[in-house]
Amino acid sequence: MSHAIQAEGLVKRFGETKALDGVDLTARTGTVLGVLGPNGAGKTTAVRVLATLLRPDAGHATVGGYDVVRQSFEVRQLIGLTGQYAAVDEQLTGVENLMMIGRLLGLRGREARRRAESLLERFRLADAGGRRTSTYSGGMRRRLDLAASLVGRPTVLYLDEPTTGLDPHSRNELWDIVRDLIGDGVTVLLTTQYLEEADQLADDIAVIDHGKVIARGTPDELKVQLGGQVLDVRPADRADLPAVAKVVAAVTGAEPVTAELAVQAPVTDSAMLAAVVRGLDEQGVAVGELALRKPSLDEVFLALTGSPAEDTPGDTKNETMEGAA
Amino acid sequence: MSAVTTAAVPAPRLGFGASLRHGLTLTRRSLLKIKANPEEVIGLTIQPIMFVALFVFIFGQALAGSWQEYRDFALPGIIVQTVVFATMGTGLSLNSDIEKGIFDRFRSLPIARSAPLVGAVLGDLVRYTLSVLVITVIGVVIGFRLESLPGTVAAVALILVFAFALCWMSALVGLMARSIMGVQMFAMTLMFPLTFGSSIFVAADKMPSWLRPVIEVNPITHLTDAVRSLIAGGFPVSHIVTTLVWSAVFFAVFFPLAVWRYKRRT
Ligand SMILES: Nc1ncnc2c1ncn2[C@@H]1O[C@H](COP(=O)(O)OP(=O)(O)OP(=O)(O)O)[C@@H](O)[C@H]1O
Ligand SMILES: [Mg+2]
Repeated sequence: MSHAIQAEGLVKRFGETKALDGVDLTARTGTVLGVLGPNGAGKTTAVRVLATLLRPDAGHATVGGYDVVRQSFEVRQLIGLTGQYAAVDEQLTGVENLMMIGRLLGLRGREARRRAESLLERFRLADAGGRRTSTYSGGMRRRLDLAASLVGRPTVLYLDEPTTGLDPHSRNELWDIVRDLIGDGVTVLLTTQYLEEADQLADDIAVIDHGKVIARGTPDELKVQLGGQVLDVRPADRADLPAVAKVVAAVTGAEPVTAELAVQAPVTDSAMLAAVVRGLDEQGVAVGELALRKPSLDEVFLALTGSPAEDTPGDTKNETMEGAA
Repeated sequence: MSAVTTAAVPAPRLGFGASLRHGLTLTRRSLLKIKANPEEVIGLTIQPIMFVALFVFIFGQALAGSWQEYRDFALPGIIVQTVVFATMGTGLSLNSDIEKGIFDRFRSLPIARSAPLVGAVLGDLVRYTLSVLVITVIGVVIGFRLESLPGTVAAVALILVFAFALCWMSALVGLMARSIMGVQMFAMTLMFPLTFGSSIFVAADKMPSWLRPVIEVNPITHLTDAVRSLIAGGFPVSHIVTTLVWSAVFFAVFFPLAVWRYKRRT
């Protein structure tokens, strides 16, 4: 019903570069907005504007109803920021880092300690709390950084590429934490280069590239927006792949993608399925598997930006293949 | 958006008390860092200690007739040099906070904007004091005599006043430089001539005549001569006044510039 984050026509230039070129973003209260884009798309710049760290050259934005430029102090009372690089003081311990934030936010010594300890507990850092953070692993630092942004119990949380550089295990852990936060009613703006991450966590996605939003919607809507479905044909014998590709190209009129074991192409009309089956039959190709499915976000991204997204972490490729089966 | 949240509420201004509290919290952070890395303060003093050893024990005889005499001449200057070099730490720590994103975290919090700067500078004053103490103690151990205690206290106070003024230049450099390396480069190219072109190691009247005018305007010369005389029980009015004037000039120039730069960055 209401929008915790509302941005219209944000423009930010750095010299010649237009980091933001008229970006509109809205996040419904209590949901996750995924901002998806490749390197240099303008994700961090957008987050910095919404976190009152940068003034936009044009456009305006409100967070919780407050203007990020004119009412930055009020905005800061609502937000938590977990930047792209963990901003923890490496010379202090985990407890000291969190207590410092607590004190800044007006907690007294004992309260600050209690808050720090409960957050460390929640992020499974209790044992490491007394250690200097320079001894922490990357994943631990990320968690501490996230904890630091939660000390003030923000209602709007920015997570700028929270899982970049984490191994699959730490990434899953962080995803669980984010899901937990959503359960608490926090509105989250999450930027990511990983399609899978947006698919997993976001209620709405805005795809940005070169400072512009090039697509938006729910993950499902985005897949539909791409124009229907993808045909996936897996011949019984790998040697038949070129023959399959020829048939699929002839029927769909599109340039099919030949993956390791399968040929894929977008289809606009489900009658094409029958045509492909007939064509393959005529060629005498034995089909191992043949399916129509929604495109993966990878394919959405490829179609929207004309360039493939960064490699998704972990084993997304395999999941795509399983999804095809 | 509900009407309640969009209603025009006066922006809550942070009072002086709150701003001070935020500044002190971040001073505490600087102190925690000193506690976590005592070797950093020691490290700051290692170079001067090497200077003491080199100049006093090796060149001492040649420069002043005996190493004891040179010790008494050079030690006050070495204290000054230590603190002047230590002011560069302010720029380094600000720069590293910006680079690491720690500043962004502070700036995303509803706290006084001045707090990170205040915290860095106040914490550094403590660091300067500690390094003065370390060198003085070493001096006393090798036989340096603090003739006048009140004079010594006044000398330390004068050094700290000058350091406080100078650290804003360092802060400005730290806020402008793109990297830690840049800050260090600047520090080296500025600090070396400033300290060697002074009366720290050799009295002005023993320097080549073309260099003398430079040495005589150099604020570090005045500070060093003032400190020497104060510790020995004198009251060198002209050196003290000149040092205070220079401090005021540094402060008047670099404090506003650093704050302007800081606000622009924030
Ligand atoms: N302070 C700055 N000065 C100059 N150019 C900048 C600055 N910040 C960002 N840019 C430029 O603006 C563009 C967008 O940068 P931004 O950091 O917002 O991208 P991003 O989507 O966060 O990328 P990444 O995935 O690499 O973090 C880039 O071309 C970048 O070089
Ligand atoms: Mg970024």
